[in-house]
Amino acid sequence: MFFNNHFSVLLVVLPLMAAPICVILRSSKASWLVALISNLVIVLLSLSLLSHVINGNVVRYELGGWAAPTGIEYYIDGINAILISVVSIISLATLVYSKQSIRKEIAQPRHYLFYAGWLLCLTGLLGILITGDAFNVFVFLEISSLSMYMLIALGRERRQALVAAFRYLILGSIGASFILLGIGFLYAATGTLNMSDIAERLPLVNGSRTVIVGFSFITIGLLIKTAMFPVFSWLPNAYQFAPSAVSSFLAGTATKVSLYIFLRFFYHVFGTDYSFGNLLLGNILLPLAVVGFFVMSVVAVFQTDIRRVLAYSSIAQIGYIFAAISMATEQGLTAGIIHIINHAFIKTALFISVGCILYRYGTANINQLGGIMKSMPWTCAAFIIAGLSLIGVPLTAGFVSKWYLISAAIDSGWWLIAAMILMSSLMAIIYIGRIVEVFCFKNSEAEGVAKVKEAPFSMLLPLWFLIIVSVYTGINGDVVVDLAKFSATQLLDNLPGLNNPVGNPL
Amino acid sequence: MLKRNVQQRHRVVQVITKFLIPMILLFAFYVQFHGDFGAGGGFQAGVIFASVFILHGLIFGEARTRLVLTPNALRILMSLGLLLYAGTGVVSLFLGGNYLDYSVLLSDPISGQHWGIFSVELGVGITVAAVMVSLFYCFSSKRNFVGHISHPISESELDSDG
Repeated sequence: MFFNNHFSVLLVVLPLMAAPICVILRSSKASWLVALISNLVIVLLSLSLLSHVINGNVVRYELGGWAAPTGIEYYIDGINAILISVVSIISLATLVYSKQSIRKEIAQPRHYLFYAGWLLCLTGLLGILITGDAFNVFVFLEISSLSMYMLIALGRERRQALVAAFRYLILGSIGASFILLGIGFLYAATGTLNMSDIAERLPLVNGSRTVIVGFSFITIGLLIKTAMFPVFSWLPNAYQFAPSAVSSFLAGTATKVSLYIFLRFFYHVFGTDYSFGNLLLGNILLPLAVVGFFVMSVVAVFQTDIRRVLAYSSIAQIGYIFAAISMATEQGLTAGIIHIINHAFIKTALFISVGCILYRYGTANINQLGGIMKSMPWTCAAFIIAGLSLIGVPLTAGFVSKWYLISAAIDSGWWLIAAMILMSSLMAIIYIGRIVEVFCFKNSEAEGVAKVKEAPFSMLLPLWFLIIVSVYTGINGDVVVDLAKFSATQLLDNLPGLNNPVGNPL
Repeated sequence: MLKRNVQQRHRVVQVITKFLIPMILLFAFYVQFHGDFGAGGGFQAGVIFASVFILHGLIFGEARTRLVLTPNALRILMSLGLLLYAGTGVVSLFLGGNYLDYSVLLSDPISGQHWGIFSVELGVGITVAAVMVSLFYCFSSKRNFVGHISHPISESELDSDG
């Protein structure tokens, strides 16, 4: 096929070009269509890339025809092909959902800006996933973050949304500049920006203090970007006050992509032995992760706004993922990747169902939503299924990830950690159960409840699509597990470098 | 009357500004189109180009600058600049090269590289200039620019029924 070897670059170029077209068109409907069509094509491209990469190939694409250490190279192996597909599918689902939802949240003249910002954000996220150049990661990180600040600021509660966006801007910029400083130190030490090339040259300067400083900067920057436990303060407000379509998109993708950078840098660029052996990254991450998922689950129990409950639960889930990653074993890494994928779908579904409630009731305050199961059965049913999945009930996707998480912890001999994960899952029962109880059993206080209809079909469709995906991966867990195992082994093995290219270009 | 006096007071500045504007524009074009031989390029040229409009706005009032370069034109210009950049890459895809591989643009690779970087830098220049001027408009006026950025959203603007 003509475009076959250009699939990787088209993934970034398509949304990048669709964004200015939205700005030129300026109409709400037309820009939605442009965004939707380009996103649909991206999903198809990403799935075809995934099917190619899953056979063990590595796709390398030289931008501008300049060979790798000199020019910028796109580098796609298992882990990023999987995440590219996840991000583009979630973006498509939330984009379908956004058409109705933003009618009530964003003024009509600003809709085209919303879609343009969305596409730029998608460009950035896909760019981070696809690139094999360390500096390019930073550039795409800034593209996605800047458009995300703008999208959050469009939120309905204007004043709080602006403050939330500003707070994210400050913390996000600190995180991004730490990452940039770290990359700068790596460049100083190795003289190259290509990630595979850095990985090859790092052993030559292993003891160097420059590398350690770069390592520390990148670690701290990424912890801020992923909203890890002590540095999460930007996340709850951003998720609560952003337009509901944006919080669904953000919850499924943004932190996951930062987690990918984490995996890429510490397993591939620095190498497992260096990060987790010499520099004891695991010993730093593990306590933070465990305290994180435990404390954040407790905090989530005491929130009254459902979006805030979900936001704190997201930080807790990131704690689980970090706990799994910091084991630095194949099982741990597999469990982490499984949870990244499953949680992305579950959390997006949860945020979309809260968005549907918000669309009809105008509030997400748990005290005002008594008995809405009667008026919005489909939405509430979706929320309950996704909630069960978040807890980790069998036959849901959450069960698969919890199972692998706990068995990985037991394999490493960390019985205490396994117990803590179970305890924290009990907390999830409390905070999800509390909401479900209000939905189903509490009598409605407001009088006008009978008049409220079910959410429109175009909002339920993406919601149930995500629910079906997560239930399917719960029943037939092998799909996600095989993908995760494959990419985990690929990350842990020595990946093909520049001088010993095992991966053949398409 | 008062307004006229104020304008009278700035007569010298205004005349000098009118004299300077073409020179700065010329310098912007020099930096833009000389970028592939020497120091310069789209970013710098775009900023220099935009500085002309900012200077005009400071001296003659931002309302008059808006008549010269309307916010709508800026919106289109900044999108076109980005499209020109990305479009150059797509053209090189269709001509059988990698994305942004300028060598395939013309039969001679060297002049292909030359014209490729030329059009990419032009795209950068247009976008940077348009964005700089619209930033100036945003900060200097309380009027709405694109959409209703300066006003809080009101319930009446929203579509009330589903």
